[in-house]
Amino acid sequence: MDVFELFISAIFVNNIVLAQYLGNCPYLGCSRDKGTAIGMGFAVVFVIIMATLCTWYMQHSVLVPFGLGYLQTIVFILVIAGLVQFVEMFLKKMVPPLYAALGIFLPLITTNCAVMGVAILVQREEYDLVTSLLYALAASFGFMLALVLMAGIRERLETCRVPRAMAGTPIALIMAGLMSLAFMAFKGMTS
Amino acid sequence: MVTISVLVLLGLGLLTAAILAAASRVFHVSEDPRVAAVLEALPGANCGGCGFAGCEGYAKAVVTDPSLPPNRCCAGGAATAAKVSELTGKAAAASEAMHSFRRCNKRQGNVGLRYTYQGIPSCAAVAALADGAEMCSYSCLGYGDCVSSCPFDALSIRDGLAVVDEAACTGCGKCAEVCPRHVLELVPSRARVAVTCATLDKLKAVTEVCGVGCIKCLRCVKACPAKAVQLENGRIQIDHEKCLAHGDSCGQACVASCARKALCSLRPVLLEPLAKAEEKTA
Repeated sequence: MDVFELFISAIFVNNIVLAQYLGNCPYLGCSRDKGTAIGMGFAVVFVIIMATLCTWYMQHSVLVPFGLGYLQTIVFILVIAGLVQFVEMFLKKMVPPLYAALGIFLPLITTNCAVMGVAILVQREEYDLVTSLLYALAASFGFMLALVLMAGIRERLETCRVPRAMAGTPIALIMAGLMSLAFMAFKGMTS
Repeated sequence: MVTISVLVLLGLGLLTAAILAAASRVFHVSEDPRVAAVLEALPGANCGGCGFAGCEGYAKAVVTDPSLPPNRCCAGGAATAAKVSELTGKAAAASEAMHSFRRCNKRQGNVGLRYTYQGIPSCAAVAALADGAEMCSYSCLGYGDCVSSCPFDALSIRDGLAVVDEAACTGCGKCAEVCPRHVLELVPSRARVAVTCATLDKLKAVTEVCGVGCIKCLRCVKACPAKAVQLENGRIQIDHEKCLAHGDSCGQACVASCARKALCSLRPVLLEPLAKAEEKTA
């Protein structure tokens, strides 16, 4: 599959949030303002790429040669959780401003199904390492796109009258559904 | 199969744990334990009354900066100041308790409306639309931007006016910041007198729109023996420090001299009863 098609497919057609419904927790939790959304988006890009790299090597150097494919899910959970902890410590020491901005979100990414989903998807599609990393990059940019779009809409919504019962999360879920419907229009453009 | 699974996961878990343990040494960040202790002592409202973004910012600054006084937390008051000074080893100076006070009595002054506003229910929005819907361009707008900004639920809107619940108000000053008309200001809880009008207009421009607006006749300025009442930036301001230092001997000459009821005595008539009296007259 050519790289351009892979990007279009991962960002728009099979958007990780809006078409595959993965990573809804940070999608709703971190979309209050655009600054936080962009910060969270880059954190997810970073973690997904790192996680894909680690789990790809784990799959091809440990699980497959020893015939332990059935342990894939639990091993990936362990690797990703350890990795995110490591990233958190690294940021706290090396990039304190980023840590202050993402301090609450990093543990959240640990158990984020978008990270896990990308790691498992690239194995199911049997991509090689380079394609896997490109797919991870594209999928996480798709996540960031959805997050930033949502944050933009929610910032506008601050000045609108929302019925009391709908204010907050309910209206956010309705908008998430509408955005998902809008992204349905990309269906069929690529496989 | 079971044994292999358990062994593999055990090995992997141990490996991850070893890496993380090593990382926690390599990337160890030493933090002053007093910061956590001070943070614990603070109320955790993150109101920003101290001038920092949140309680954590103040806790860090008060521990590291020796010139920063331990009594900046207005939400915690004297009890918190005592704890923080104990933890940081700084001399505790009693902080003057402050309260928010509304400089508007538009109901008593019968301020009329220029148009009926039907837009976004926010003071900032109505203030931006042709100087607000009221005849007076300096009155309390009553759409409650202050109410939503208050971290302590100390404000409410009654009859189109912001009312301060003195028991709940901690004097953090958030409301004074968001008020687009600068109608709310902080006064010491012990204050003897306060100005109940925020207008910058003078004489006829005031008398035409409000029965109790300040017309800047300056009789209060002349009447004050302590020179605590001054005209500053077009509004009468009371220097509460001077006023409280002078004491009660003047018999609140400024209030007596005011022909427009734009000055009121605050003590012993405190803010809450004042609001109730207004409701009766309205």
